[in-house]
Amino acid sequence: MTPQTSGTNPFRRRKRHIGERIAEFTVRLTASISILMIFLILTFVLREAWGITAFLTETNSDKTEKGVVNEGSKAASSDSSSPDTYGETEEVSPDVPEEYNSDVQETITDSGTVNTTGGDEPESYNPDVTDYSASEENKAEPNISHEKKTLVQNLTSDTWQPVSSEPKFGLMPLILGTAKTTFIAILIGAPLGILAAIYTAFFAPRRLREVMKPVIELLAGFPSVVIGFFCLMLVADFVQITFGVEYRLNAIVGGIGLAIAIVPVIFTITEDSLMSVPKSYREASLALGATEWQTAFKVMLPAALPGVVAAVLLGVGRAFGETMIALMATGNAAVYSASMVEPVRTLAATIGAEMGEVIWGSLHYNILFMLGVLLFLVSFSINALTEFFVKGMLAKKFQGGT
Amino acid sequence: MTPLRHHRTTRSEFQKKVLGFFAVGITVVGGFIVFGTAMFMLLHFLIKGLPHISWEFLSQAPRNNNTEGGIFPAIYGTTFLVLTMALLGVPVGTATALYLTEYAKQQSFFAKSVRFAVNTLAGVPSIVFGLFGVGFFIQFVGGGIDSLAGMEGGAVFGHPALIWASATLSILTLPVVIVSVEEALKAVPRELREASLALGATKWQTIWKIVLPNSLTGILTGSILAVGRGAGEVAPIIFVGAVYSLPELPTGVTDQFMHLGYHLFVLATQSPDVDAVAPQQYATTVVLLMLTFGLNFTATIIRSRIRKKRLG
Repeated sequence: MTPQTSGTNPFRRRKRHIGERIAEFTVRLTASISILMIFLILTFVLREAWGITAFLTETNSDKTEKGVVNEGSKAASSDSSSPDTYGETEEVSPDVPEEYNSDVQETITDSGTVNTTGGDEPESYNPDVTDYSASEENKAEPNISHEKKTLVQNLTSDTWQPVSSEPKFGLMPLILGTAKTTFIAILIGAPLGILAAIYTAFFAPRRLREVMKPVIELLAGFPSVVIGFFCLMLVADFVQITFGVEYRLNAIVGGIGLAIAIVPVIFTITEDSLMSVPKSYREASLALGATEWQTAFKVMLPAALPGVVAAVLLGVGRAFGETMIALMATGNAAVYSASMVEPVRTLAATIGAEMGEVIWGSLHYNILFMLGVLLFLVSFSINALTEFFVKGMLAKKFQGGT
Repeated sequence: MTPLRHHRTTRSEFQKKVLGFFAVGITVVGGFIVFGTAMFMLLHFLIKGLPHISWEFLSQAPRNNNTEGGIFPAIYGTTFLVLTMALLGVPVGTATALYLTEYAKQQSFFAKSVRFAVNTLAGVPSIVFGLFGVGFFIQFVGGGIDSLAGMEGGAVFGHPALIWASATLSILTLPVVIVSVEEALKAVPRELREASLALGATKWQTIWKIVLPNSLTGILTGSILAVGRGAGEVAPIIFVGAVYSLPELPTGVTDQFMHLGYHLFVLATQSPDVDAVAPQQYATTVVLLMLTFGLNFTATIIRSRIRKKRLG
């Protein structure tokens, strides 16, 4: 049943009633709300994150974390050439380094001392307090005290301690933590989801299939807070007893929780794309003498590959942005370590945990919104990638097939 | 080896069988691990939680550090929240679906953009919606209304409140509504539209009198699915209006509210005495699951009926 397109619209030539026009206009306008919302989300999350720019040229020592002094410094920084770390601004100069380029090669020891070794520092890299209105730009040694760090240095450091007398906003442990849990989740979730999809699509007896599929899809209906609770109560114990790990809540428990959340996503999309491979493929393969499993793995799976890739990508996106499971099952300690059995803290969980207590308008608040911008951009990219790249592949593949 | 034979078929029958056994075997294992996890979670919560559900639990407020009493305020808050959400989101979602199926030229840039936007919305992490709720609804819209009315910032609208949580959730669930309603609209036979148009009805008359009434169940399905999804989402509302305890029930849309999912989160992570709250935790989980699964189940039944109608 194809919807009626305007190409066949019989009213094209007829003079339309004014009510018709109003109706169509309203419907069109409402439809644009979805587009509007995407822009609004980006704009307003960015807008709240924007306050960061006011802090960029200052060290955190002269700024209490409770953004009371926020207003004055905002005005002060508007004319300074503060580097814009998040793009999309009028005042950004083209040669200003991006935030995550880590052009500044710095080694930060545990005590917090900063040794800058890079020669090419950002221009407005100004490690001094604003009171001095320091103009020396290329200081080799940033400053006397380890407390006097610029925000860029602070953000790229490896300690996340937003609530302390000397707040540290090192994003590295959060990014690493997110990467670890997402990696574990995909490592567990992708094979399970894909294998389960192959089983239900090709091998399962009809009766079993009719029970299995809805039950697995039911898994998608579990609210993430319930999955988080499940991990907190059972998976954590299971992991601790099985692997004998030191910390009850760690990256593996969080990863398993995220895997539970993404398995039904991967399963459903993979199953759909397996089923949408033309029947003739399977029949041809079987007619040529291939067995069922050869057909499944060597003909059907490769044919459905774009869909499988899409499924895994969407799984990554979901695991990356999942909040409640990460909040409940990862232990929530921003430990900067490669170990899989230590507690971690993800970007999304950080927002979820700290947004409730943060003082609105403070630097901490701005940084949490900046994390939100990061999450949005990553999920947006993943979505765009799936949309344009994978769907294009799928369309091309079956153009001659059906 | 005959020249026609491909070199890869030189595996012996035995090797093939072993390989086949393992290939099928791992899919069986994968399938049953996933299936088993789902069943285990469901049964685990039902067995642990159901015995603790009583009328008292459903109808009373929590007492004594959440170890006694019930979760009535959370049930009430969740219901209030999702109904307001549906009220805000369903009309927008329905209109968008109407545009996509009835008005849009499928290849037009605008239609493609709308589709892309809907897909993108579905993929935005839920916590980002929460930030959006704070930045846009509470501070910009709410604060704006307050200052327009000449009140101190945050007096009536410019603070976390049920209306903003509902609005945030309605955007989050918009894709769910749009996809379901679109499916229902497409299920309305083309002949019905053509008959109506042939009788001289205008396009809008056709939509209003023929298409929409015929897809009413589909719109209902979409709303139910959205409500089911919205009821389970916690991350977007933590700082947009949900609170962990309330002296009295919310009476208006500018009040704060308790929420089942958030209540479970608080019980699970912020209780001093874990053992004492365990029954409450499991019982709350079961109520939350019954709410979301009940709604999903209803929607699935309605949907399968629509599909049958469409095929028949």
